[in-house]
Order: sequence, then structure tokens, then C-alpha cells
Amino acid sequence: MARITAGLATSHVPAIGAALDLGKTQDDYWKPVFAGYDWAKAWVKDEKPDVVILVYNDHASAFSLELIPTFAIGCAESFSPADEGFGPRPVPVVEGHPDLAWHIAQSTILDEFDMTIVNKMDVDHGLTVPLSLVFGQVDKWPVKVIPIAVNVVQYPPPTGNRCWKLGEAIARAVESFPEDLNVQIWGTGGMSHQLQGPRAGLINREFDTAFLDKLTADPEALRAMKHIEYLRESGSEGIELVMWLIMAGALGRGAQELHRFYHVPASNTAVGHIVLRPSQT
Amino acid sequence: MSEPEDLLDIPGTTVFTAAQSRRGFHLNQFCMSLMKAESREAFKADERAYLDRWPMTDEQKQAVLDRDYNRMLGLGGNIYFLAKIFATDGKSFQYAASLMTGMSQEDYVAMMIAGGRSPDGLRSIREGN
Ligand SMILES: [Fe+2]
Repeated sequence: MARITAGLATSHVPAIGAALDLGKTQDDYWKPVFAGYDWAKAWVKDEKPDVVILVYNDHASAFSLELIPTFAIGCAESFSPADEGFGPRPVPVVEGHPDLAWHIAQSTILDEFDMTIVNKMDVDHGLTVPLSLVFGQVDKWPVKVIPIAVNVVQYPPPTGNRCWKLGEAIARAVESFPEDLNVQIWGTGGMSHQLQGPRAGLINREFDTAFLDKLTADPEALRAMKHIEYLRESGSEGIELVMWLIMAGALGRGAQELHRFYHVPASNTAVGHIVLRPSQT
Repeated sequence: MSEPEDLLDIPGTTVFTAAQSRRGFHLNQFCMSLMKAESREAFKADERAYLDRWPMTDEQKQAVLDRDYNRMLGLGGNIYFLAKIFATDGKSFQYAASLMTGMSQEDYVAMMIAGGRSPDGLRSIREGN
């Protein structure tokens, strides 16, 4: 039987990918950012997940305004890194897990979540930067990846509560998959940041710290948090944090914190990272 | 179509609402076209002629020519789409952010290293907090 053994969340700042790709990881500016992932790098080698369900958002790469799915699941054999205007990142093609992805799609749709099924999709920094942070520079990603793309660009994004419930439905789907697989679920994006307008550069360390705390101490409070609070407190792009609640919902209540890291800044953004273990395992 | 009032109450922030999305559809689709290298070349060769291929308003076209990102946001541009313009110019997100805040890039970067912009006083126009 497949099982979700851990959850991981991390920011997915594009400049981190650029710093890595351009060999700047030892620069004074970037060194502390990458050092913050040493723990997860060692941990994941022991955990040896077979599949990562990777929750992220597309940033006008695969989806324009022509089509805006609220929740989309990548069911393809593979996903190519997107050309975001500078050419694609020099990272391996992302291998999917179509069997499990289709199973999750079927299971969650029958569980009343209207997922969009995607059979061809390029993946941008939102998906590849987390892989780079945790697995480093490799010739081949050591896991299969099931992308779950969430709309957080066009208002309104899904509510935090809806995200949590989708996470629960994903967990039910994984548990009913017959093959013995070690599955992790990652939530990405955030933490506080604003990329637009005169308020750009907003960072809210207090909000971010409380958010990290509540993932284990009071997830109910996060489920109830309204969009407007994210927008006011964590910046217009801080709304990406709703995606972390899909990860949290999949782990359920009683998750334990194994590790966290917080650093300001990476370009315009507060970098947050947490690793969680669900209570059953 | 009514907009949730709260979304218009955040200082220095344009939430990408339905109204903004409708206003900016062609502007954003123009930006999206810059994902292709040949489109970037065509735009760079003659910006005005390239913009005239899109059913955008004159105001939107002028804002693009002026690289006035705050103006583009007001006219329905979304920052992830507008990013294709400054990427075409070979500029970073940090450059664009500093431009929109009216700060020099140097001052902006220094502010970020010092912990970023505090939300205090910037949460609500109404409440002034
Ligand atoms: Fe993002």
C-alpha cells in the first residue's frame, strides 16, 4: 500500500534557481540560503521517497489567462522545465508517476474535488526550485513527481480550508493505491513577499513565524484564515501560502515538526522551509 | 460586477481581481507572447509596431513603451505577465520591484537585506494601520 510518510514545505523563489544555475551558492548573499537546506538534503537521502506530490503554482508559464484551472494534476510521463524568458533552467526533465497520478485524479474527483487533468505541461521555477533545493544539482531527479498546480495568480485562489480538504482527499487516494510506495507531499511558495507596486518588498517575520508554528500547533486557525489577511499581512504574493495547507491537510492533525529554516531575504522574498511527519508513522 | 471592497483597501497594492483581469487581458496576452525568442526579437526591433498587433488600449501601449510598471498594473497588468517585459529587457525582478517602489535598486536591496519593508501602516488604507 502506498503511504504518505512526510510533508515538506519551502519557498520557491526563482532567484534561488538562478543563483544555483549560475554557480553563486557560495556567495555571501546566497550561502545562508543554501545552508538552510543541508538538513533536508541529508534527511531525504535516508527517507528515499519514491514519489513526491509537489504542490506549486504556475507563474504565467504553462497557463496564461486563456485557461486558469484552480487545481490541476499532472498525469504525464514527464514534464519539461519551462522557458521563462531566459531559456529553460538547466535541470533534468521531471519524471511523472502516471499510475499514481491518474489514481489520485480519479479518486479525488469521485471524492467531489473537480481536478483538471493535465497530460502535457511544462513546469516552471515553482516546481523545479524546490527539487533543486532538496536534491541539489543532479543528472537525474531521484524521485518521480506528481505536479499539483494551484491557481494563486487570478483572484480568488482556493480558500485555505478547501486546500486542507483537498490534502485530506489526496491522502485518502494515496492510501487506497495498492502498490507499496513511499510518498511525500510538498507544499511550496511563500513566505511573505510582495513583488508589485509601491508596497513591494514587504516582509512580515512575525506572521511567517506564527504560520510555521500553527502548521503543527493550530492548523485549524490556518484553515480559517481569509485571503484578505494573507494579502494584508504577508504581501500580495504571500497568498501562495494557501498551497502549504494542501500539504498540511494530507498529513492531518497531530503532525510533528522535524525541522525548520527561515531566512530574509532571497531577492524580494522571505524564505521559509519546514519538514513535518504525520502522526501515524 | 462588484469587487470585494477589502481588496481595494491595501496600500500600494493592486489585487488581480476579475475586473483587473478583464481590463488587462490583451496586455497580459501580449506579455505572454514574449515567452518565444522570435517574438522578443520582433518586439525589440520595433516595439510600437509589435504592440500594434495587439488589441490593447493606447494607454496600455504607452505604459509598456514607458516601462511604467505601476501604470501597467493599474491598467490590468499582472506582475507575473509583466515579468516577461523586464525579462526581455534583461532586468531582474529585484530591479522591477525597486522601480515600482520609487527607490534606487541599491536602496531597495539594502532594505531587503535589513529585513524588508515592515507591514506596519501598510495593511489598510481605511484603518491606517
Ligand atoms: Fe510562486
